[in-house]
Amino acid sequence: MSFLELKNITKRYGPLTAVGDVSLSVEKGEFVSLLGPSGCGKTTTLQMIAGFVEPSAGTIRLDGRDITRAKANSRGLGIVFQSYALFPHMTVFDNVSFGLEMQRVPKGERKPRVEEALSLVHLSPYAKRYPRELSGGQRQRVALARALVIRPPVLLLDEPLSNLDAKLREAMQFELREIQRKVGTTTVMVTHDQAEAFSISDRVVVMEAGRITQIDQPYRIYEHPETEFISRFVGKTNLLPGKVATATGAGATVSLAGIAVPVENAGLSVGETVTLCIRPEKLHLTAPSNGLLTGRVADRFFLGSQWLYHIDGPLGTIMVVTPNDGSTPAEQGAPVGLEWSPSVVRVHRGAMAEAPDVALEVTG
Amino acid sequence: MSASLPDTAPASPGEDTPQRRFPTAPLFLSAPAALLFAALVLTPLFLTALLSFNQFEYATGRTGGFTLEHYLAVVTDEYYLEIFLRTFRISALATAICVVIGVPEAYILSRMTNPWRSIFLLVILAPLLVSVVVRAFGWSMLLGPEGPVNGALIALGIGRMKLLYSEGTVVVALVHVMLPFMVIPVWTSLQKLDPAVEQAALSFGASRATAIVRVVAPQILPGILSGSLIVFGLSASAFAIPGLLGGRRLKMVATVVYDQYLSDLNWPMGAAVAVILLAANLIIMLTYHRMVEGHYRRRLG
Ligand SMILES: Nc1ncnc2c1ncn2[C@@H]1O[C@H](COP(=O)(O)OP(=O)(O)OP(=O)(O)O)[C@@H](O)[C@H]1O
Ligand SMILES: [Mg+2]
Repeated sequence: MSFLELKNITKRYGPLTAVGDVSLSVEKGEFVSLLGPSGCGKTTTLQMIAGFVEPSAGTIRLDGRDITRAKANSRGLGIVFQSYALFPHMTVFDNVSFGLEMQRVPKGERKPRVEEALSLVHLSPYAKRYPRELSGGQRQRVALARALVIRPPVLLLDEPLSNLDAKLREAMQFELREIQRKVGTTTVMVTHDQAEAFSISDRVVVMEAGRITQIDQPYRIYEHPETEFISRFVGKTNLLPGKVATATGAGATVSLAGIAVPVENAGLSVGETVTLCIRPEKLHLTAPSNGLLTGRVADRFFLGSQWLYHIDGPLGTIMVVTPNDGSTPAEQGAPVGLEWSPSVVRVHRGAMAEAPDVALEVTG
Repeated sequence: MSASLPDTAPASPGEDTPQRRFPTAPLFLSAPAALLFAALVLTPLFLTALLSFNQFEYATGRTGGFTLEHYLAVVTDEYYLEIFLRTFRISALATAICVVIGVPEAYILSRMTNPWRSIFLLVILAPLLVSVVVRAFGWSMLLGPEGPVNGALIALGIGRMKLLYSEGTVVVALVHVMLPFMVIPVWTSLQKLDPAVEQAALSFGASRATAIVRVVAPQILPGILSGSLIVFGLSASAFAIPGLLGGRRLKMVATVVYDQYLSDLNWPMGAAVAVILLAANLIIMLTYHRMVEGHYRRRLG
């Protein structure tokens, strides 16, 4: 049995199902991220684990104990709230020390532990300030220190790093991972930021409209998204609608607006409507004559370590990412060919959904 | 209530652009309120203060002139001292009881979900719709020698008790009347709290009681403070309740002022007592405000 187990958890607010039938097992010492668009029920799920929202149905077990109806103050979890929820009338030091006080840690031991936690989040000079005298990112780090200092068996983090600059965020991610490795804290983190979810999680849970759509290792979520929604939400992707033209043994071809493209056969039948997903970095630019597809460079963007091209062709605009290896990039307007290996193409059955809003945000 | 004007940059001479002109809009907008305040509050107050310095003869009545004898009489007379002490004792007690009852009441109210919350809010506010005089009569009927309370005491074999015309009765009736003035400001400051902050305290293993004492109470202190000031101020100058439930002997300052004006016809004396009450009230309230809020200004802003 897993350390933390959600079984068919549902939360309804009147007619709205904020969280529907969520089942999730988290092993001891595992780092799991909940990833999904705004309003998909991530906070609600976390709050049910924390005991602040009562599930409409389902059970939650922690370390073999049924805690579905247990009081929040008996669960012993460390929580970072999305709104930070710092105690406004206490100094930073007192905020962090509060949890230790509640655990009846002797006064002499409290001080070094609070100081350690504050230095971990780079806030040592701010111990005497009140929360309203801090910036948003500093408040967020106080919230993090406050949850870490009590060394809880389970950490619930609701977008704990959303307000930090890139450098600090990376440092904090590293710290979180370190702590989790050293102490073996089981961590459930909510995040909007897929890069963050991928870089520090053992497993990522993708949620959509109150439901879990995929639970997998970050690498597998990225490479094998189970739905078109996920491939769109996670990273950039090219979605190409087509029909299966031939299907023989291990291979198949899909006809995209008259152009035949080889793919791997996963039980496809001829005539079926499918959507192909190809990640931009899996495509290569070649001379126009030996590409599977030809087009023209419509736009190019310099991303530092990479180049992002928008290639206009017979299938519309296709994104291509190539590493910046120091060679001269393709010019705007230049004709180019695109090639890829059939194994990088993911085939989703069914037609493409009509332009969902997340696509704009993620691929735009 | 008074007009406060935004700081205007002093225009340097010769630079008379239209944007630099003294802004007249705020002045115009606050003028009606300021006029009303001056006409209805400041003028009577000023006249009362003037009146308190007039000379007075029992034979001839008010004779004008200037004297401090009324103030001297009030300050040196044990009778007045006792009344002032009683007034502030009763008011302080009523305020303390209002805090003890009103704060938990507001907290429970803020915890209710909606149909009940609206209903109970209405229940709390409804007494304000009934005149204080009517409610004071209600108490005197309830507690009178032939009232239901004494009836019950006799039936229980305890015997008739003198309930009316005691300090306790006045305090109880004042609490009854003043409670909404405590509940409302506290409730308002509870509304402004982020519920997650209390949840955070619980998540660290704090008991409900600890969370309330250590986390909720300090944050609603400004609400408790303003509630206390309102209740204390209104109680110290209450007239109908001590007038109807205190009887002839248990006087409070407002009833003494009334007596001076209407029984003794000694208007200057009544005015002097009223002015002293105002001054004492101001001093007590400002001190209290200083003490409590100074403590929390930096934390809660
Ligand atoms: N108390 C509530 N009453 C009614 N609806 C609620 C309540 N709390 C949340 N919801 C709804 O439940 C859904 C899920 O909310 P939740 O806060 O879990 O989203 P989220 O995934 O955390 O979003 P975000 O990333 O923006 O924080 C939303 O549609 C929200 O409007
Ligand atoms: Mg959320």
